[in-house]
Amino acid sequence: MSPGLDAHKVRKDFPLLDRQINGERIVYLDSAATSQKPRAVLDAMQSYYETCNANVHRSVYTIAGEATEAYETARLKVRKFINANNEREVVFTKNATEGLNLVAHSWGRTNLGQGDVVVLTHMEHHANIVPWHMLAAERGIVLRWVPLTPDGLLDLTDLPQLLDGAKAFAFTAMSNVLGTINPVRLLTDAAHDAGAIAIVDACQYVPHLPTDVRAMGADLLSFSAHKMCGPTGIGVLWGREELLDAMPPFLGGGDMIADVRLDGYTPNVLPVKFEAGTPPIAEAIGLGAACDYLTALGMVNVRAHEMAVTGTAIDRLTETYGDDITIHGPRNVEVRGGALSFAFRDLHPHDISQVLDQHNVCVRAGHHCAKPLMRLLGVGATARASFYVYNDTDDVDALITGLDHADEFFSL
Amino acid sequence: MPGLEDLYREIILDHYRNPRNRGELVSPPATRSEGFNPLCGDEIVVYLDVEDGTVADIKITGQGCSISQSSASMMSAAMKGKSVDEARQIVRAFKAMMSIHEHVLDDVAEGDDASAGEVLAQVKLGDLEALRGVVKFPVRIKCATLAWNTFTQGLDEAAAAAGA
Repeated sequence: MSPGLDAHKVRKDFPLLDRQINGERIVYLDSAATSQKPRAVLDAMQSYYETCNANVHRSVYTIAGEATEAYETARLKVRKFINANNEREVVFTKNATEGLNLVAHSWGRTNLGQGDVVVLTHMEHHANIVPWHMLAAERGIVLRWVPLTPDGLLDLTDLPQLLDGAKAFAFTAMSNVLGTINPVRLLTDAAHDAGAIAIVDACQYVPHLPTDVRAMGADLLSFSAHKMCGPTGIGVLWGREELLDAMPPFLGGGDMIADVRLDGYTPNVLPVKFEAGTPPIAEAIGLGAACDYLTALGMVNVRAHEMAVTGTAIDRLTETYGDDITIHGPRNVEVRGGALSFAFRDLHPHDISQVLDQHNVCVRAGHHCAKPLMRLLGVGATARASFYVYNDTDDVDALITGLDHADEFFSL
Repeated sequence: MPGLEDLYREIILDHYRNPRNRGELVSPPATRSEGFNPLCGDEIVVYLDVEDGTVADIKITGQGCSISQSSASMMSAAMKGKSVDEARQIVRAFKAMMSIHEHVLDDVAEGDDASAGEVLAQVKLGDLEALRGVVKFPVRIKCATLAWNTFTQGLDEAAAAAGA
């Protein structure tokens, strides 16, 4: 049992985890895909719809004022949660993917041309690859890739050469496949030394570790609410104010303008310059509640708890199956999070997860939107169990029971 | 909840462990078609040698789960030596079996006078019937149909090449 966080107690906060299928509890090991939502988040969203549902930033009547107040309070909560300088640096997006696309579209089209270099890594999610491929096709930018070491860390041997002359270094803070936690500050410093900006995909990081965007030294950083106990449909792009200020708008429409004339428009100020149209209001309020919830648990405790559970899982899986299980990514929990991808005997991940489903054990099977990494690992897909605040070693036991069954079923 | 035995019938596991017609054909003259299941990373490559309106030879490579690979193996065994018309009829019947909604059935029978039900009644699927249980696991249907869609691509390419 890890200090500071009791997963059994935490589990009671999550209505879905009360559900039983065939008389048995659900063992949810797919929080790297999306987390479950605590009652406090669901209540906050419900309360908005029941008491002050109105559009934001528009009308003077009471409930419209309350809606705007609730929406902007959520932004302040996010600001505090990631230690941003001010709320103008907190842009609400649809999700982390949209944030990264916003950066490629707005900053990229303004600052990158033929032959300009953007450096990525081999462990990126498609969301931090495809927008750059699009720019490469459109305007001939050049992509360079930081390779990996055999144990799933970034191989930084040639980093200065890779960054030489680059305009941007865009990398994940934590791999959604390998679980690897990258040395963000070291990477942002290296980017700046080379004169490049540092763009961080923090989608797997913010839900699991204390996040301080200033200490990280990032220029732009994107994450999703739904992996951190919040609702789907909302994410955050944080950026240094002067950088965001210099970037042109992404989507055009209502709320993002200061003035519109027949011959043109003047964009609004930050952050609404990047928030065209009616935003996901209830979702923002839900995200604010999620920040409160995680803050109450304590992000230091969250991290310590996940290290304990992940360490136990790695040890027990290795003790039980020896060479029959391959864990992708680092084994040292100091440099990895709770996303644990593995290969088990010669069973296909789909078949593994089908058998695990018979035991209500929910794991992801697939390429995890990281096909370049899958090719490097020499696999088409992996099974991935991922741990969060409501998981404990009982869940590791359930995983092993399910794997035993898969082994038995397919070896008959 | 349907049990694992509904999905993983013995004949499916046999084809998974001992896939038939595994390998490559020289292309050209054979056609080479790739199919991907973007959700899960399954990959199938179908090599087809169509001569005089007959599937003279078929080979399969690729990787994926037991359902996708055994379906490919069983498909290859069913198709080898069949006329292109017969082959297309079997594809229609198989996809009808894999369909759970009426409108999907209509799509399957598109361009053909026979309804999906009639197609199913006319064609003997034999061992392929073992894959019927997949319908009870809707997320796995795409695994089962991947090889079949890729095979159809191959037939279309062969027809285009012959017509060119």
